[in-house]
Amino acid sequence: MAFVDFRNVWLAYNEELLGAGHFAVEDISLQVEQGEFIAIVGPSGCGKSTFMKLTTGLKMPSKGSIHIGGAQVTGPLKISGMSFQAPSLLPWRTTLENVLLPLEIVEPFRSDFKRKRQEYAAKARDLLKSVGLGGYEDKFPWQLSGGMQQRASICRALVHEPKMLLLDEPFGALDAFTREELWCILRDLQAAQKFNVILVTHDLRESVFLADKVYVMSKSPGRFVVERHIDLPRPRDLEITYTPAFTDIVHELRGHIGAIRKTGAAVPQ
Amino acid sequence: MKITRQMERWSPLVLLSAILLLWQLVVMVFGIPEFIFPSPTQIGQQFFEFGGPLLEAAWKTFWVTMVGFALSIVVGVMLGFLIGSSRLAYSAIYPLMVAFNAVPKAAVVPILVVWFGIGLGPGILTAFLISFFPITVNIATGLATLEPELEDVLRVLGAKRWDVLIKVGLPRSMPYFYGSLKVAITLAFVGTVLAEMTAGDSGIGYLMQSAGSQQRMPLAFAGLVTIGAMAMAMYELFSWVEKRTTGWAHRGSQAV
Repeated sequence: MAFVDFRNVWLAYNEELLGAGHFAVEDISLQVEQGEFIAIVGPSGCGKSTFMKLTTGLKMPSKGSIHIGGAQVTGPLKISGMSFQAPSLLPWRTTLENVLLPLEIVEPFRSDFKRKRQEYAAKARDLLKSVGLGGYEDKFPWQLSGGMQQRASICRALVHEPKMLLLDEPFGALDAFTREELWCILRDLQAAQKFNVILVTHDLRESVFLADKVYVMSKSPGRFVVERHIDLPRPRDLEITYTPAFTDIVHELRGHIGAIRKTGAAVPQ
Repeated sequence: MKITRQMERWSPLVLLSAILLLWQLVVMVFGIPEFIFPSPTQIGQQFFEFGGPLLEAAWKTFWVTMVGFALSIVVGVMLGFLIGSSRLAYSAIYPLMVAFNAVPKAAVVPILVVWFGIGLGPGILTAFLISFFPITVNIATGLATLEPELEDVLRVLGAKRWDVLIKVGLPRSMPYFYGSLKVAITLAFVGTVLAEMTAGDSGIGYLMQSAGSQQRMPLAFAGLVTIGAMAMAMYELFSWVEKRTTGWAHRGSQAV
């Protein structure tokens, strides 16, 4: 069985909508192997964030089943870390203390947090250094630029060594250069630590550059309409985004999105 | 003209002096009698003449206010915590609290007197009743305006509601809390003086009431000045504590 396994998952947000047959996402099936990087693209409001809530166990499916790591998902999944478009760091904590926050909450770190604080802090410092935030550990988030805050937010999502990283348009609010810089940072982190990534985005270049597999989602109801393997060799360099092979894939995906927007419904796969 | 930091610092004192000067001039030029509108110097004289009784009354009013205020911090924070953390509590309690807050506290004092008699009880309780509302509302607001994303981040990690409240909600509502303290302390003084005036046997409110009934306006004004000074001192104290503890919320003012 795949590491993440969605079998015909449907979700309506409440009983009323369920009765009326209005689903936020419909008939989602996907399999993600251990260590795989997948991206989900689609127009805004297509249920991408709903998908994230399902994957983390914050929402239960109305129909169908979700297995992660071989076990059925029944509640919040501690093996995952999340990061969003807004870095949402706590302004009264330093960058380092922000990154340590998950360790104060998630077991088994929580129980011995007081005892092993030094060790954890050292680990968090290493992590911050690896994303280029060395020297900024003791600054407050509001003293950092938007890109730095987002890096800190990703560190916070990774500090408890989750098996799965969920990113909801994490680079959406950044300028183009910072964004590409963070692509590379994420690429390197994932290559080094081999965690699963599920990246929700509406930047097609981002999805093709980073992911092994891209899913295109249609809008209301949210359905996966295209699954595209990205067979560009790894490690990928930013240069690759200017090659014809790369642009062809982006172009092809763009075509699918355009078709969705025109018809407002699923296109045949 | 360039506004310097020095000017900013001294501006309240300069304004105060200007107002006192103008006041003194008006009283002198128009020959307003003392028992209608005393001049600053006449009021000042009272502080020398009645320094002892004024100080005694001020001390009494001060600690009655502090007890009422402490009570309102405890109750205000607890109520705010309850309202801010539970939707059910919010919808159940909030309308009642608004209605209660709209009741003029002057109308409550006679009832308190019937229950607790003349003395400390009504003063403390009026100070409390008049000042806990802003604290409750501010704590509740701080807790209720959590970013949903942040809550998701923590809930995925297995955080209980309590964890989210303690780690995020409470620190987040601290600036609101201090802001409300500055409002609440001035209200608490109003409450105490109100109770002392209607049903007291000591304190600044009582002193002003008796001075007024004897047509001794300068003394009544001296009482007013004393209350103003105490409230201002407490306000400054809380501003200082606020700056020290929640500087992150005032980052605009302290150039990084």
